[in-house]
Parts: sequence; structure tokens; C-alpha cells
Amino acid sequence: MIGMWTLFKKEILRFWKVSFQTVAAPVITALLYLLIFSHVLESHVQVYPGISYTAFLIPGLMMMSLLQNSFANSSSSLIQAKVMGNIVFLLLTPLAYWEVFLAFLAAAIIRGIVVGGCVWLVSLFYIDLPVAHPFLILAFAVLGGGMLGALGIIAGIWAEKFDQMAAFQNFIIMPLSFLSGVFYSIHSLPPFWQKVSHLNPFFYMIDGFRYGFFGTGDIDPTVSLAMVAVSFLALSVLTLQMLKSGYKLRG
Amino acid sequence: MSPAIHIEQVYKSFGPLQALKGINLTIEQGEFFALLGPNGAGKSTLINLLAGLLRPTSGRLSVMGHDVVTEYRQARQLLGVVPQELVFDPFFNVREMLRFQAGYFGLGRENDAWIDEVIESLGLADKAHTNMRRLSGGMKRRALIAQALAHRPPVLVLDEPTAGVDVELRQMLWAFIKRLNREGHTIILTTHYLEEAETLCSRVAMLKQGEIVALDSTENLLNRVPGKNLRLRLAPSHLPSTLHPMLRANEGDIWTLALSEAAQIEFVLAELRAADVRIEDMQLIEADLEDVFMEIVRA
Ligand SMILES: Nc1ncnc2c1ncn2[C@@H]1O[C@H](COP(=O)(O)OP(=O)(O)O)[C@@H](O)[C@H]1O
Ligand SMILES: [Mg+2]
Repeated sequence: MIGMWTLFKKEILRFWKVSFQTVAAPVITALLYLLIFSHVLESHVQVYPGISYTAFLIPGLMMMSLLQNSFANSSSSLIQAKVMGNIVFLLLTPLAYWEVFLAFLAAAIIRGIVVGGCVWLVSLFYIDLPVAHPFLILAFAVLGGGMLGALGIIAGIWAEKFDQMAAFQNFIIMPLSFLSGVFYSIHSLPPFWQKVSHLNPFFYMIDGFRYGFFGTGDIDPTVSLAMVAVSFLALSVLTLQMLKSGYKLRG
Repeated sequence: MSPAIHIEQVYKSFGPLQALKGINLTIEQGEFFALLGPNGAGKSTLINLLAGLLRPTSGRLSVMGHDVVTEYRQARQLLGVVPQELVFDPFFNVREMLRFQAGYFGLGRENDAWIDEVIESLGLADKAHTNMRRLSGGMKRRALIAQALAHRPPVLVLDEPTAGVDVELRQMLWAFIKRLNREGHTIILTTHYLEEAETLCSRVAMLKQGEIVALDSTENLLNRVPGKNLRLRLAPSHLPSTLHPMLRANEGDIWTLALSEAAQIEFVLAELRAADVRIEDMQLIEADLEDVFMEIVRA
């Protein structure tokens, strides 16, 4: 237990020591999106009746920041340790593969929630955001952060160089998060793209999370919750399998 | 009492390359053991197999009776490894790093006193709050050794601990490691500085292209070759054919002859005089592990 707890603490400190880059910077990015999109679209777009576009946008931006930062935490920690070589200090320890998994996962979730939470706090200055189902919000935050944390571990194990990691981020994480309905309701898309969106697990995370605030969304939140939970479990099993086998870590 | 290290029929291949070809080796608790061999012999590979950083293609390895694959938790708990490369975590300072490292091994605050002792003994006290990134090479090497010791392992493996380290630090490291050995730690080191192994280690294994070519006490190995070397600078640089059986090495006008006893010097001098070869310089040197090594590698 102490071993796993220590790794968790180290992973938390690792981002907290550079919180200017790891928390402040992504919060500012989210706020820039908020400023620009709400300014341009506020008077033109209304997605749900009685909900302003700015209000609609905020949970989406929170979730997007949460997901990207959960991913960034585990993936950057692993790729840095691999490139620098200090991954050996972890590999030399008696920590079991599942302990490494849980420690990295928990730290990733926390980083995501800290960044998402900061976006929410700052947005309170702009707008009064309702909170219809707090537990749903929390459930999506934890599962979403966990799913991307696991994906970050997978990417961190797989990538051997920083540019491979950048490719993973640019060609998988970014498109999935931008095409998930952060900035629009997928109902405004042509039917074909609506179908495509339903294949994107990020869509369920964003929609369910938003439902938690407004009590309304594109689809039933229990469906979203189930989709997110299943995706999270599937990725976790894959991650655990990779860690257990020593894939790319123990030759 | 189970041996500190037991290695049985270990093979390791990297694709087509056979890095280790059937290694058998037992190291008892309390030994000060050296693993010698030229670059690429497979020393690091063997250590990485012990540490669980690599997995054997076949064969078994254990640390104090615990198999490094099936009982990896116990095996790693008992083993401290100083890697060959100067790796470090750039986010933390020395003391933080050591506490984390001990924490991974399940040790909490109660271990802090030991960590301070390690910091002190390795001369890291005034660097304890310095970020790992800002340490000089020598200091990083010390921190690396401290890290391997953070969880107080009974078996300590050092992979080329003195590569690229200045003389003063080398002396200091050896004094420290000797003390650990006296206090009961089993020490295993790899090096290609043979004189290091010669003065420190009680037993030596020589590795060549993935095979153990010699395994004996340092004393026995030193007795294997004729006791002394006679190094001569000759003018003209020519060795009479009668002396060729004694030739060990030749570089330019420096000729090194192996003597089994000091009395042979007279014979050498007589032969040189007869051949009209002048001696410009002469040195009598004790044979060392390097000679043993050259002898064995040549064989
Ligand atoms: N990860 C690896 N992949 C491929 N070849 C390797 C790897 N590690 C070591 N080798 C090869 O195995 C041989 C033994 O290397 P090593 O154990 O590092 O030797 P030493 O430590 O004795 O210098 C060398 O030929 C080296 O190139
Ligand atoms: Mg080596």
C-alpha cells in the first residue's frame, strides 16, 4: 500500500510543482475558447431552450480540459521517464503492475478534475451555471478522467519518442475531443455525422457531463454512463494487460 | 542460508544476437564479487536480468532464494541496483528522490534516518535539496548509488560505478562500498577497470561474448599467470627469438615479457647482450588481473 501511495503522491507532485504549465495554462486555453466562441455565437446559437450558448459551452470545455489533462498527466510522465531513462527506478521496485496502474490512473484523474474544476470556478464569474445532478457530474468526471488516464498510460508505454506521443495526441486525442459536441449539439449535424459521432466515446462523456448540469442533453445519460463505463473498463483491461506483460518496458 | 545470487543456465537473445549463452553462477551472501569483461561481453545484460529489467530467454535467476520472475516482489525488495547510465528524475531534489524510492519499497518515515545516513556517507549532504538536474556528473553518480541503497537492500549490484568518475570520488566510493560489505551487504560490481576488481573483490567471474570464461578467487586467478612482468625498452627494437616464448605484449619499442620467477631476468639480459640489443629502460611489474584476462581471452 505504501508503495502505491508513494507513486501516486509522486505523480501528483510532478504536475503540481509545475502547475503553471499543467493547470494554469490549460485553464487559460479553455477560457480563450470560451471568450471567442461565446462572443461570436452567443446571439446566433441556442442549443437547448432556455440555456444560453455560453452556459452550454462551459461544461463541454470543462470536460474537454479534464480529458486532455488526464491524458497528458500519465502519458507525459511515462514518455519523459522512458526518454530520460529514469523509468528504471520504477521498474526496479517491487510494485505490482496493477499498483502502477492505479497510482498513475488516480493521479491522472486528479489532474483532470483540478483543471476542469478551475475552468468551472473561473466561469462562475461569467455566468450562473445550474447543477442538476452533482453525482452524475462527478461520475462522468471520474470515469472520463480514468479513461483518458488509461489511454495516456497506453500511449506512454507505446511511444518511444516525443514525436510519436505528439502524433498520438494530434491524430487521436484532439480530433476525438473536438468532434465530440463540445461546441455544438450533434443534432445540428447531418445524419451521417451524427452516426459517426455516436462512435466517439468522447461524445458520451461530454453529453452525459453536460446533462449533469442542465438535466437535458442529446441522449439518455444512463446510456452515456454505460458507454463511458464500458469504454473505461475495456481500456483498463488493455492497459493492465500491457503493464503485466512488460510490453516495451521489460525487454 | 540461500545464496545471495543464483543463476542457472541463463540464455538471453536480442533477436539474432545471443548476448548470454548459458550462464551458471552462484554468489554467496557477504561476498564482494566482480563481474569482469570487455564492452559488449554481457555484464549489463546479466545485471538487468537479475533486476527484472529484462527477461531471460531461458534459465532461472534468484536473489536470496527468490526467483526474479515468479517471486519478483521479494527478489526486488532484497536487491539494490545502480544502473550503468547516469539516469535521474529531473523533477525532484536528492532527498525527495530518495524518500520516494524508499517509499516504492514500502518504507515510510521510519526509514528517513537511514536515508540521511546514506546522504551523509556519500557526501551528498550539502546537495540534499538540490534538484537532480543541477547535480554534476559525479554527484549524479553518488545520488544513483544512494537511490539503490534507499531501501537498505542486503544485495547491492553496481554496474560500472566508476566509469567516468574522478580519482577522488573513486576512492571515496570504494571506501563506502567496502564499509557496506563489512556491515554484511553482498556486493557485486561490474567493471572493466581490472585493478579495481583486483584490490577489492574476493572472487571474480570473467565474461567474454556471453560466456563465463573464468570463475575463481582473485588470488587463484592471479596465481594462474607467471608472477611478474618485465617491461623493456629496446634499441634496436628487436627481441631475440629465444625470448619469444616469454613475450606477453609489444607496443613500438616497449616489450613486455612474462617471468615465472625473478631469476629469469639474468637469462633475458644475457640473451639481449648476445644479440647486441641495448636496454634503454627496464621495469619489473607484478602481474595483475589484466594479464590473467588477456591470457584467458587470447586462449
Ligand atoms: N536491449 C538490447 N537490444 C539489443 N541488443 C542489446 C541490448 N542490450 C544489449 N545488447 C547487446 O548485447 C551485448 C551485451 O551487451 P551488454 O550486456 O550491455 O555488455 P556489457 O555490459 O558487458 O558491456 C552487446 O552486443 C549489446 O550490443
Ligand atoms: Mg555494461
